[in-house]
Amino acid sequence: METIMEVEEIGTKIDELRETARRIRVSIVKMLTNAGSGHTGGSLSAADILTALYFAKMRHDPKNPKWPERDRFILSKGHAAPLLYAVLAECGYFEKSELMTLRKLGSRLQGHPDSKALPCIEISTGSLGQGLSIANGIAIAGRLDSASFRVNVHLGDGEVQEGQVWEAAMSAAHYKLDNLCAILDRNRLQIDGKVEDVMSIEPIADKWRAFGWNVIETDGHDITKLLSAMNEAEKVKGRPTMIIAHTIKGKGVSIFEGKVEYHGIAPTKDELEIALKELEGQRNG
Amino acid sequence: MAEMVATRDAYGNTLVELGGIHKDIVVLDADLSGSTKTGKFAKAFPERFFNMGISEQDLIGTAAGLAISGKVPFASTFAIFESGRAWEQIRQSVCYPNNNVKLVASHGGITVGEDGASHQALEDIALMRVLPNMTVIVPADGEEMCQVIKTVYEYRGPVYVRAGRNKTPIIYGKEYQFKIGKAVVHHIGRDVNIIATGIMVSYSLQAAEALKKEGIDAGVINMSTIKPLDKEAVIKAAQSSRAIVTAEEHTIIGGLGGAVSEVLVEEFPVPMKRIGIQDRFGTSGAPEELLKYFGLTAEDIKKAAMELINKK
Repeated sequence: METIMEVEEIGTKIDELRETARRIRVSIVKMLTNAGSGHTGGSLSAADILTALYFAKMRHDPKNPKWPERDRFILSKGHAAPLLYAVLAECGYFEKSELMTLRKLGSRLQGHPDSKALPCIEISTGSLGQGLSIANGIAIAGRLDSASFRVNVHLGDGEVQEGQVWEAAMSAAHYKLDNLCAILDRNRLQIDGKVEDVMSIEPIADKWRAFGWNVIETDGHDITKLLSAMNEAEKVKGRPTMIIAHTIKGKGVSIFEGKVEYHGIAPTKDELEIALKELEGQRNG
Repeated sequence: MAEMVATRDAYGNTLVELGGIHKDIVVLDADLSGSTKTGKFAKAFPERFFNMGISEQDLIGTAAGLAISGKVPFASTFAIFESGRAWEQIRQSVCYPNNNVKLVASHGGITVGEDGASHQALEDIALMRVLPNMTVIVPADGEEMCQVIKTVYEYRGPVYVRAGRNKTPIIYGKEYQFKIGKAVVHHIGRDVNIIATGIMVSYSLQAAEALKKEGIDAGVINMSTIKPLDKEAVIKAAQSSRAIVTAEEHTIIGGLGGAVSEVLVEEFPVPMKRIGIQDRFGTSGAPEELLKYFGLTAEDIKKAAMELINKK
């Protein structure tokens, strides 16, 4: 009886999370259209990953953004800033209305995350390849302070072409940073085309394993599976975990899905209408 | 003869001294801890020392992560690799978020010597100076380095400090007090003023002595903080002598000479000479030989000063 209840509770929770992810996607397409520029594909592809983190996995407090015990999140693929802003607003770090200031002069919502403007962001990102090193530094600091927080860092699959990522991959394993979890948005597209064609990163799971990481591959749009991967990561001792989340770029809006051209452009007003209609249709029940 | 101390040794010793007092200090290096002298800290406080291996970009990023977590990281390697290899990491992860990271780079300048051009940082001051939020300091001797390190620990924000490889004469006593952004005016000359930084300060003092013997009143200013530049001191010197020589162990483009020129051209233009590396790469050789070869001796400073005075 008790077990059934738990399953039902989890089920309800997952339904709520799916609905949250849907609302976040609505915010993303609205804010991008309003901004007139920005990265649509990679914001939508990682929406379920960040929803799982911010609404189920991470300990954090929107009323106390600098709570010392908070779990950390670094958006290494900083161009998915619209997603991060939508998530933070959904959490209540700031009003949703502020999302419409994205990329405007004077806005705290810069084109790429700016931690000086928006202190609920751990650090400014945007230049690719740097987030894992920073996450390592936070994880080392946490260990020095015997703190219980965990560090999560989100990377793009094109991003791992940066050499610094592999310097940091070595460091995290060398320093046995088991309080760190990296999540790769394996959406298979980058701005110039297919990752495979631009600069192949395969065999990507083997590469991370060879660098001494615990590697979990999962469906990056299945929140249940994502959470189970994140829970598994937490149990691994002595090495960091890389979750390779297989995703679809532009996920949630069929006209953007798998389309390389939507890496770095915003939806038009017409496309927004189509997108909103489609997302409306994805409401639970 | 003055006592001789390498600024990198002064750095290593001061780090150990500070490390004993301040538990938030962490030190990172990129496989050069023996040369940068962070090895001394590593021995004293192994739990707070992190060797990142030969990976300068990761060195900077990790330091940035430690800094946002409340630590005060000192990240060291050779000046060319720190400022050059990881420049964009410094820009993005240190300066843009105004992160409290202390970059202390050793082996700055031509006097790296025999290792040659690949290892001689002649552009680091320029590279660091263009970054918003960055403070750039080049101590002139061991005592100044000790004080600089203690000062930058207390200061909040990104700092680049350049140390040298070789032993150089001690200029300052214990009574000396370093302040960020405050030039050390040894003397203001009426005929010419020499604004110098790093090891060139002691050569400039020698040059001023030699000029004095010829009846020329030459002043010397130690501009240890290149950013923020003590503009007032620069303008005062120019107003007094109407002739300025700058001297640095760095390219004449974008470093101290560049910074002083920028101020004077807008505020009080006077004839200038810039002593430094003349837009060239370095080469192998003994440090003293190289200073001669590239025109960075007391004699060269004196000559430049004379040329300016003769044009008056």
